[in-house]
Amino acid sequence: MPTTIQATGLHKSYGSSVALNRIDLNVAEGRILGLIGPNGAGKTTLLNAILGLTSFQGTLTVLGRNPWTQRDQLMNDVAFVADVAVLPRWMRVSDAIDFVAGVHPRFNRAKAEAFLARTTIKRTSKVRELSKGMIAQLHLALVMSIDARLLVLDEPTLGLDILFRKQFYDSLLNDYFDHHRTILVTTHQIDEIQNVLTDLLFIDRGNLVFGCSMEDFDTRYLELMVNPGQLPSAQALKPIQSRQVFGRTILLYDRVSREQLLPLGDVRTPSIADVFVAFVGQPNQQPIPPFSQPPAAPSSYTGAAQ
Amino acid sequence: MTPQTEALPTSFPNAADQAAPAARISEARRLFWCIRRELWENRSIYIAPLTVAALILLGFAYSALRIPADSVFLTTTTNVNGVVTRTQHGIDPIQIYTIAAGLIMATTFLVAIFYSLDALYSERRDRSILFWKSLPVSDLTTVLSKASIPLILLPLLTWVITVVIQSLMLLINITVFHARGIDTTALHAGLLLTQNSILLFYHLFAIHALWYAPIWCWFLLVSAWARRTPLLWATLPPIALGVLEIITLHSGHVFALLKYRIHGPAGSDAFTSGTMPMGEMLSPAHFFATPGLWTGLALAAVFLAAAIQLRRYRNPL
Repeated sequence: MPTTIQATGLHKSYGSSVALNRIDLNVAEGRILGLIGPNGAGKTTLLNAILGLTSFQGTLTVLGRNPWTQRDQLMNDVAFVADVAVLPRWMRVSDAIDFVAGVHPRFNRAKAEAFLARTTIKRTSKVRELSKGMIAQLHLALVMSIDARLLVLDEPTLGLDILFRKQFYDSLLNDYFDHHRTILVTTHQIDEIQNVLTDLLFIDRGNLVFGCSMEDFDTRYLELMVNPGQLPSAQALKPIQSRQVFGRTILLYDRVSREQLLPLGDVRTPSIADVFVAFVGQPNQQPIPPFSQPPAAPSSYTGAAQ
Repeated sequence: MTPQTEALPTSFPNAADQAAPAARISEARRLFWCIRRELWENRSIYIAPLTVAALILLGFAYSALRIPADSVFLTTTTNVNGVVTRTQHGIDPIQIYTIAAGLIMATTFLVAIFYSLDALYSERRDRSILFWKSLPVSDLTTVLSKASIPLILLPLLTWVITVVIQSLMLLINITVFHARGIDTTALHAGLLLTQNSILLFYHLFAIHALWYAPIWCWFLLVSAWARRTPLLWATLPPIALGVLEIITLHSGHVFALLKYRIHGPAGSDAFTSGTMPMGEMLSPAHFFATPGLWTGLALAAVFLAAAIQLRRYRNPL
């Protein structure tokens, strides 16, 4: 599979604060990669570097080009939604379509019209007259009608209701994604995109702290609600995280078989959020038992490069 | 490794068959769309001068109807050498044409100031720069499209509107005068529309576009740089520099330079309309030989290049 994004030692600092700490990253064509991290973790900096919106140190290649020095050519093949609120408010819906059709060689006008026909957006409306959900629909109709090889979505559903968010991801999968495009998405609503992603990447304080494909994720991680009295034997299996809910201990395991855990309590597949908390951690959580340190943070991810 | 099958749709009805080969889009076409975009966003570019023109026309039609039938007009008689031999004092029927041209020019001049200061600032303020940058339009094309508004489009628009409005005024004037039996000699003698329109065109491009180019490009640069109040950032530092010079060095070179740039090269009379006689205008040969023109244009190019670089680096506010 050709590589869409390749980064080696990608580094960016603003003064003394490090936004990206020598990241290695490899994303193959046809993947849907979720980039998850707390606020200020470096998500947007990483996306901006990939989109040629910020300079960087180290090497970064997107679709074979350096995004900072070859941005003008790169943007023919890359589409992005940086924020749902960035469509200019003075613009008419019809003007927005005309403009993108006028400047973008890969824009399919008929497709955009078809997307919009499914909404209640009037062609004569100005963006400022549309609701937040409608603006997002319009932006998405424009972006999904661009035959891009890489689509970057930074919090595309921020502030939108659950119905719209569901519809958004359905549409992304059904109408847009094919195995030649690559999609990179960041969001705080982690669990909603669990079934959308093919790959998962956690970023924290400028480091990539976790990366795996969703096939791996589904087979590797299990969560156990320990029966009272069986905690010592459960902890002997080296959980990577422990937390308390209603007085019961919940342990998270990596690469421990379901059969081993079943006698010890209730076993379930954890959500992305559960694993995220284990890796990125929370100050309010119970401290992780000393014998089960999370794996050393590898500031690299090549899992999506099959 | 096979991707998760249940998460992916099994067929792609639209993607495969609609993947038309990407047509190439020339930079000229992108520039055209960017300029159109500027006109969508800043409708004051044409609405303001058109409104002023409409008001002038209304006011003019009203006053033309009310002019006393026995009015005496200012006429001058000249000999073959163009020297005035006889002047008859009275109402000057031509003056209103000069005022009309001046008003329209002042309007577009103000529009150009506010447009240039806002052009690269508002897209950062409302974050829409992130949308524009998601499209394959380079910073060079974008900044050039914005610079072309005060440098080309507004002078051209000023010229077209002025010529049309003066022609309409003359038509009204002649019709009313004929209908009311007023002698039209004063009009025909004083108003040479063709010659005036050529002079106006020269004036607009020599002064408003070329001579003022460093001003417009400076404004664009500040609008690409300022985090807030581009108007203050564009005007206060040069003034502060001038004041500093007076206080410390007791000389006034900065202010002299600013005045020279705003007033125009000697003899060009930057703020008057195109109805002045040729002799008062700076001849093109003289104008294009003025060193100040070329240093100004060089400065404008530097400002523009800096604005393009800034747009590349600047994040939304």
